[in-house]
Amino acid sequence: MMNAIEVSHLRVIRGRRVVLADLSCTVASGTVTGLLGPSGSGKTTLIRAIVGVQEVAAGQLTVLGQPAGSPELRRQVGYVTQTPSVYADLTVRENLAYFATMAGVATSAVARVIETVSLTALSRTQVGQLSGGERARVSLAAALLPSPQLLVLDEPTVGLDPLLRQELWALFHQLAAQGVSFLISSHVMDEADRCGRLLLMREGAILADATPEDLRQRTQADDLEGAFLRLIALQASA
Amino acid sequence: MTARRTLATCGRVLRQLRHDPRTVALMLVVPCLLMTLLRYVYDGKVQVFDHVAPVLVVLFPFTVMFVVTSVAMLRERSSGTLERLLTTPMAKGDLLAGYALAFSTAALIQVGLVMVLVVGPLGLKIGGSLSVLGLVALLDALLGTALGLFLSAFAKTEFQAVQFLPAFVLPQLVLGGLFAPRSEMLPVLNWLSDLMPLSYAVDAATRAAASHVWTSTLATDVLVVAACIPLSLGLGALTLRRRTP
Ligand SMILES: Nc1ncnc2c1ncn2[C@@H]1O[C@H](COP(=O)(O)OP(=O)(O)OP(=O)(O)O)[C@@H](O)[C@H]1O
Ligand SMILES: [Mg+2]
Repeated sequence: MMNAIEVSHLRVIRGRRVVLADLSCTVASGTVTGLLGPSGSGKTTLIRAIVGVQEVAAGQLTVLGQPAGSPELRRQVGYVTQTPSVYADLTVRENLAYFATMAGVATSAVARVIETVSLTALSRTQVGQLSGGERARVSLAAALLPSPQLLVLDEPTVGLDPLLRQELWALFHQLAAQGVSFLISSHVMDEADRCGRLLLMREGAILADATPEDLRQRTQADDLEGAFLRLIALQASA
Repeated sequence: MTARRTLATCGRVLRQLRHDPRTVALMLVVPCLLMTLLRYVYDGKVQVFDHVAPVLVVLFPFTVMFVVTSVAMLRERSSGTLERLLTTPMAKGDLLAGYALAFSTAALIQVGLVMVLVVGPLGLKIGGSLSVLGLVALLDALLGTALGLFLSAFAKTEFQAVQFLPAFVLPQLVLGGLFAPRSEMLPVLNWLSDLMPLSYAVDAATRAAASHVWTSTLATDVLVVAACIPLSLGLGALTLRRRTP
């Protein structure tokens, strides 16, 4: 199968820190891939490089067969930033109608995505008056507008209750079944089991690239949190 | 760039303004209030008011537009919405032109209100043309918007953006010829003031108020102010990087 994302020998320097020294990884098409790692491990930095908003010192990034950040990709890749990026002083509908126009999408898409993220009842509320989780869903809805082939989501389920989280994961899998590829970052290990494949990240490097079952087997751990800790220990002793 | 996206941005910025009555008041009411105050400060000396008011008619809108625009654009940068927009097929020009258009609309209303107030109730009498003065005021308000869009790139917080007022605007006011004629300044200060766009706006306002004649100096002043608008917008476009560190 073709890869949705191919990263090879990526090097990113932010400020004076080498955040990613020499990172390579791939994300297969049509899968839900989880990007997991502790805070500060470089998840957001890697994601920013993939969607083409991060200055990159070296390396090659291919996204859907094009160099990352190329203009053709702007219609095909949806990106949800870690902190919701929507206008607090506009309503849900006003926000999405504006982003629809800017993305070159018919405004009929607005109602669809509002429905998708279960915000219909709040569509006329100003985003500034929404809860954190609701705001995050507006941000997600904006990324869904152009029906992208690849969705890159930076911690999309933070602050959501279990029910809503389950709904969103169901949505992700439903879209994936239609051929959409996902890269979803999280630092909550219990979300990892919902991913078809995992990239474990630590200190700017990929520690493991495996399915959840593989990982449990390899480390003999019961849960993924234990697997992650054991992997780190194994690496330290190697 | 497309007209649809530019207009959508303009509409969106105006809608945000509508949700923020305090900023609308700052833009529309405060300049009028200041002019009224000024009129009564010079109550016994109407000829001083007639002399100073045309310059301030031009400067208040500039200052207000500068502050409002730079904070609005900074918010766009820090909220992540700019980053989101730059990952869509939108052109940078759509965003800048949309902002410029929205704030031009606000500037038009603002300058209109101030002009009606000063020549009506406040009884400003000038020897020159009111429409030329209005034009200069409008251009200057647009310049404030364009410079605000550009300079917002150099602020990291709203606090820093507001600091541009004392750091960037006040020196231009001091050297612009409002307090002392530029020709009587020390050569080095005169030379510095030649580099500042506001000096030309002040000169243009003074000349427009003094006489009906379109002298070549007046035309030059107006042209310099007008030319600085696309220049600042162009510099602003350069600061909108799709990739950031
Ligand atoms: N704008 C910046 N300038 C300089 N360094 C930065 C910047 N942003 C992040 N960093 C550094 O890069 C490293 C990786 O940050 P990044 O945001 O990619 O981590 P993360 O894995 O997304 O963390 P979290 O789970 O907390 O979101 C951190 O050590 C951070 O200090
Ligand atoms: Mg992050």
